[in-house]
Amino acid sequence: MKKLVTHRLFWPVMALLALIVVNTIARPQFISVTLRDGELYGALIDILRNSAPLMLVALGMTIVIATRGIDLSVGAIMAVSGAVALTIIDTSGDPGSGATVAVALLVGILVALVLGVWNGFLIAVLGIQPIIATLVLMLAGRGVALLITDGFITTVTSAPYKFIATGYVIGLPFALFISVAAIIVIALLERRTALGVLTESVGINPEASRLAGVRARGIVFGAYAASGVLAGMAGILYSSNIMAADANAAGLYIELYAILAVVLGGTSLMGGKFTIAGTVVGVLTIQTLESTILFLGVPSAQAPVFFAAVVIVVVLVQSPRLHRFARGLFASRRPDGGGPSTPAPTPPTTTEPTKAEAVR
Amino acid sequence: MTTTTQTETPRPSLGARYATFMSRHSSLMPTFAAIVILIVLLVGAQLAFGNFITPRNMSALLLNNAYLLILAVGLTFVILTGGIDLSVGSVMAFTGILCAKLLADGLPAIVAIPLMLLGGAAIGLLIGVLVHYFDVQPFIASLAGLFLARGLAFVVSLSSIRVEDPAVLWLQRTRLTVGDWYLTPTGILALLIVAIGVFVTQWTRFGRTIYAIGGNEQSARLMGLPVARTKILVYVISGVCGGLAGLVLTAYSGAGYPLNGVGTELDAIAAVVIGGTLLTGGSGYVIGSMIGVLVYGVIKTIIAFMGAEQSWTRIIIGGLLLVFIVVQRFIVTRSDRRR
Repeated sequence: MKKLVTHRLFWPVMALLALIVVNTIARPQFISVTLRDGELYGALIDILRNSAPLMLVALGMTIVIATRGIDLSVGAIMAVSGAVALTIIDTSGDPGSGATVAVALLVGILVALVLGVWNGFLIAVLGIQPIIATLVLMLAGRGVALLITDGFITTVTSAPYKFIATGYVIGLPFALFISVAAIIVIALLERRTALGVLTESVGINPEASRLAGVRARGIVFGAYAASGVLAGMAGILYSSNIMAADANAAGLYIELYAILAVVLGGTSLMGGKFTIAGTVVGVLTIQTLESTILFLGVPSAQAPVFFAAVVIVVVLVQSPRLHRFARGLFASRRPDGGGPSTPAPTPPTTTEPTKAEAVR
Repeated sequence: MTTTTQTETPRPSLGARYATFMSRHSSLMPTFAAIVILIVLLVGAQLAFGNFITPRNMSALLLNNAYLLILAVGLTFVILTGGIDLSVGSVMAFTGILCAKLLADGLPAIVAIPLMLLGGAAIGLLIGVLVHYFDVQPFIASLAGLFLARGLAFVVSLSSIRVEDPAVLWLQRTRLTVGDWYLTPTGILALLIVAIGVFVTQWTRFGRTIYAIGGNEQSARLMGLPVARTKILVYVISGVCGGLAGLVLTAYSGAGYPLNGVGTELDAIAAVVIGGTLLTGGSGYVIGSMIGVLVYGVIKTIIAFMGAEQSWTRIIIGGLLLVFIVVQRFIVTRSDRRR
């Protein structure tokens, strides 16, 4: 039991379960999944389907954060890849053909890869702080997307393209398959090869791992390239869902939600140890929370207040000072209760905790 | 930043004096570069269009960017300590709509304006407390502030609210003219904030503590400087500046709108960085941020003159930001090597 409680995924999973239970009590139809024409429908299926873009972005973000970095440009990359793909389909003679859509997908993801490589170059080769390096693309990316679409919201009708986000395969949404495939590929790459360990070592101490012979530069480079590709796929999913390339709205604030999902899942922003399962739980928690907020009748525009509350609670729970405060509380109570004398934990000292000086 | 007095030595050669100057004032270099870029942009635009540097145009430059100027000054305080504040754009939107709502509910401006500044200060205080007392990274803490302020803006009102209050509109409508030059109270307010910012950072104990914390927080603490108070106060200052910017923007647009300032935090950060403030903290100037904002404004105006897509503004600012961070990176590595 103790092992279960101290498992690092315990609290994230509990938070998700609590949300699901609260939802089920408030509206019993939340948990029900109905089969209609061989396709599954229900609130839970919707959550799985709608979480796909965030899932892709958050997976990339997990790896980037594990290398002690951060990728702010994912939202902009989403906008660019969506704009590129839809513009190709829009300008082609035959928007409905599979070949056109395949070319559009390929070029869209390729552009995203190039943008990811650009981030990797700035950070791994030029040695610029990740937050600033990706800020460049975050600023410029949406401008590029607007140029690609000529400032308009490009809309197309193309059945195969629409299928990506809204289609069904063997009763389940196709988007779900994409996100599950991404999870499996990333998990296999990071956990069944040495890559994950190397990534963590770079995140824990870049200099030491370089001296130990780890090619830190290549690993950091690869992390940003992967994040770019995943964001590109997310951008295509997003544009396929609404069948429009909206350079301003595509992936707006998704970098923030993705970071939140990673942190919720228990990966520290200081880099190093990361958990892919935690990120998956974090993404699902965010999506469930969003669904809950909508169900409560709160206008979606007001939803950020709830997310702010969640961020504050999560960071407070992780805060070392609060832990010490809580321990101090228990320590002062125990003698009053006349319990067996345990070695009293050191009372909160006046010295400040040594703060990591790394500035992001 | 050090001003050590040296004993009289034989007059060094011009090259040596230049090298000494450069090494002593290397933190000034990025700001000088920004001034050069601003001048090049202005002269280039004047040559290209012929009617660019006109009193009307230059006055409009200050007027149109007054809100960004105020945000950038507040943000400079935070970045100088080595932190970051992502919430500034949202705080501006929140306080702006709060002000419009309070005025629409019949409160006089004399009550509404302090309340909106208080709202900005409260969000800043929250971020500061999270950063200092709970060891939350500034990025995440101010992200919570961003979400909170943006959501609260929509809680206050889902749609835009017109402002009819004469006192607020006076801020925008009054024009003090000298020839063709004009200055509105919002512009004066922005310049006043810059002046206060320069004074506080350069000539007060609080300001020097900010630089000390940005240089090395541990050392600042060991020197007995009030780190906690200063660190929290810079976020409060940024919040108050967000509130003031909200007031200026509300007066400027004549309405409060909860979607105002989406992405403005990026513009403000870009302006501060272009102005020569290092994001690692400890080096930079408030006046540089003003130059950064003016560079941003001039680029925007040039693009409007060319009749090109406004989306180019973001691309060019992004490119400029890139150039600056590469230059800064170079400066930092050089000063590291000297150590």
